[in-house]
Amino acid sequence: MHQQDDDHPHVFPESRKPGEILFVTISMMIALLLLAALPWQTTWLPGKGLAAQPRLWPALSLGGVVLFGLLNGLSRVRVTRTPGRWQEAGVWLRSLEFIGWYMLYVLAIPVIGYLIATLAFCTGLALRMGYRGRMVWIAAGFGLFVVLFFKSGMNVKIPAGAIYDHAPGSLRYILMRYF
Amino acid sequence: MDSFLDGLQLLARFDVIAALLIGSIGGVLVGAMPGVGAAVAIAIALPVTFSLEPIVGLTLLLGIYGSSMYGGAIPAILVNTPGTPVNALTTYDGYPMTKRGEARRALSLAYSASFVGAVLSIFALMLLAPVLAKVAPMFGAREIFLAALLGIVLVVVTHRGQVLPAAILACLGIFLSTIGIEPSAYTQRYTFGQSWLQTGVDLIVVVLGLFAISQALILLMDKDKRVALPHVEKVGFFTQMRDLWIYKRIAAVASSFGVVCGMIPGVGEFMSQFMSYSYAQKTSKTPEAFGKGNPEGIVASEAANNSVPPAAMIPLLALGIPGEELTAMMLAVFYVHNVVPGPRLFAQQLDFIYALYISLFILNVIVVVFLFYSTRTLMKVMLIPNRLLGIMILTFSLIGIYTLRNSLSDVAIATAFGFFGFILKRLELPTSPIILGIVLGKLMEDRLRVAMARVREPLDFIDRPIAFVLFLMILVAIAGQIWTVVKARRKARADG
Repeated sequence: MHQQDDDHPHVFPESRKPGEILFVTISMMIALLLLAALPWQTTWLPGKGLAAQPRLWPALSLGGVVLFGLLNGLSRVRVTRTPGRWQEAGVWLRSLEFIGWYMLYVLAIPVIGYLIATLAFCTGLALRMGYRGRMVWIAAGFGLFVVLFFKSGMNVKIPAGAIYDHAPGSLRYILMRYF
Repeated sequence: MDSFLDGLQLLARFDVIAALLIGSIGGVLVGAMPGVGAAVAIAIALPVTFSLEPIVGLTLLLGIYGSSMYGGAIPAILVNTPGTPVNALTTYDGYPMTKRGEARRALSLAYSASFVGAVLSIFALMLLAPVLAKVAPMFGAREIFLAALLGIVLVVVTHRGQVLPAAILACLGIFLSTIGIEPSAYTQRYTFGQSWLQTGVDLIVVVLGLFAISQALILLMDKDKRVALPHVEKVGFFTQMRDLWIYKRIAAVASSFGVVCGMIPGVGEFMSQFMSYSYAQKTSKTPEAFGKGNPEGIVASEAANNSVPPAAMIPLLALGIPGEELTAMMLAVFYVHNVVPGPRLFAQQLDFIYALYISLFILNVIVVVFLFYSTRTLMKVMLIPNRLLGIMILTFSLIGIYTLRNSLSDVAIATAFGFFGFILKRLELPTSPIILGIVLGKLMEDRLRVAMARVREPLDFIDRPIAFVLFLMILVAIAGQIWTVVKARRKARADG
């Protein structure tokens, strides 16, 4: 089979990436904490067989995470450390900005309505990405299309904005139903 | 024959045909956008189909599932970037052909090989359907448990070089499936007294987080890439199809590998491609040209990957066992639309099974005709900037999550999984074991409980032929993996 080189995407990645050990360590700590919580987060039913115990599968699965995590750690000891662990952690943390944008968008919908929230989210994020001019209009157009197609056309269940309560009678209905 | 005609009748509706058309063309479009792919599209579209009739919603999503790999070959060949992960091998020979000015030929071979792969797979399975209808009821609780366990073992051991991380993630998926009130004694597990955790972690929410939100984060954190589209000349439909005839042997063998690998849970496209590509190279008159623009490489890769989806529907429909992430999502699609896959489905609703295979065949015809005439227009979707795609995916994913239950906690869970999936993707770790762990974990727990009620001695568990064969397959898969590790260690020691 043809050898992989930089021009070719990895079909079966085999190298250790920066931040891998950090990620495995954090995951193992969480798994151990969850495993420690097993006695009071699951129940053991007296007189029932092992397969019918509600505790069996959480114990097996968390045990598996810890066991394979340890084996993985051991197998990686000999691999040369790839530099860039904390830069990678920095990339993970920087991505939280977009999660913040997203949560803000979600929380804004019940207040200002789907239409305004979507337009603001698409154009705001496009501006944040450094787009100007035509691209911002494309982002806004996309937002409008999404609202018209899904909310107005397909009537998907998305909460109406509290702001719509201030609109006069018939317009209020249209805004709540379609936007 | 009656079941076949009944299946045809199920599809003979305007809305079903429209759904198939939208799904298949939509699938090609998302496949052609690097960084989007079928998983993201199905995750987003799934909740939207709740309001549609089951057969309409199913054909729409089946269209996306069955056609995305066609679209994925376009950027793989033209700009050396696979549209979907399974098109990665196509870049090896597709892109060098483009650099030689043979882009049109490479694309035509990819389309026609994909078409042949899919059609051969569909016909093979249509012939198998009556046999499966007889065999499927022989699967009791213990056989289904063992088949699901085999699926988990195979999905782990087929992640070459990442077996231990895949095992960790599969176990994590199984753990996630246990959260909430368990259905047997109604006790709470890992709810930490929170009412929103009592219903458990919804598969669709996890899928949207792991596939859609994480991918949006990847795109938003990346830089926009400047794509230079090569020239693709116009060629007639039959001229394009005829070229494949030269490589008919490779297309047929690769399709057979795809059918077999698709039918075994946990194996899927990568293994079938690997086997097909190796076969094509070993039997080629010009093996040295592989990776440098050998048309045989494209045929092997594309026929193998596109013959997997119809075959992967077999364990899914007959046993309710998905083989990889996309079929796990299709399982959720079936459940949402009140179709319960399993032995009874094959025995009692063979017309429905035929309807699914007929729709798979129709969608392949639609896609190949569409692609032969619209590639030059379709290429333009590759010009959409990465980060704009990221904004689009985030906007779409909200619809998917919110329409599920109108729940803010779902959004929070999906976002958390989005962040987790983002880290996994950055580390090039697989996400599919988590999804399979969630789906198969629940199934294994339930089936083991039922099976053990009738088992007195441990060996009783494998005293039926199918159970014994499945047990042997599990042992062979594990032993094979241990042998691979031992062999690699010995080689490393010998190399010093």
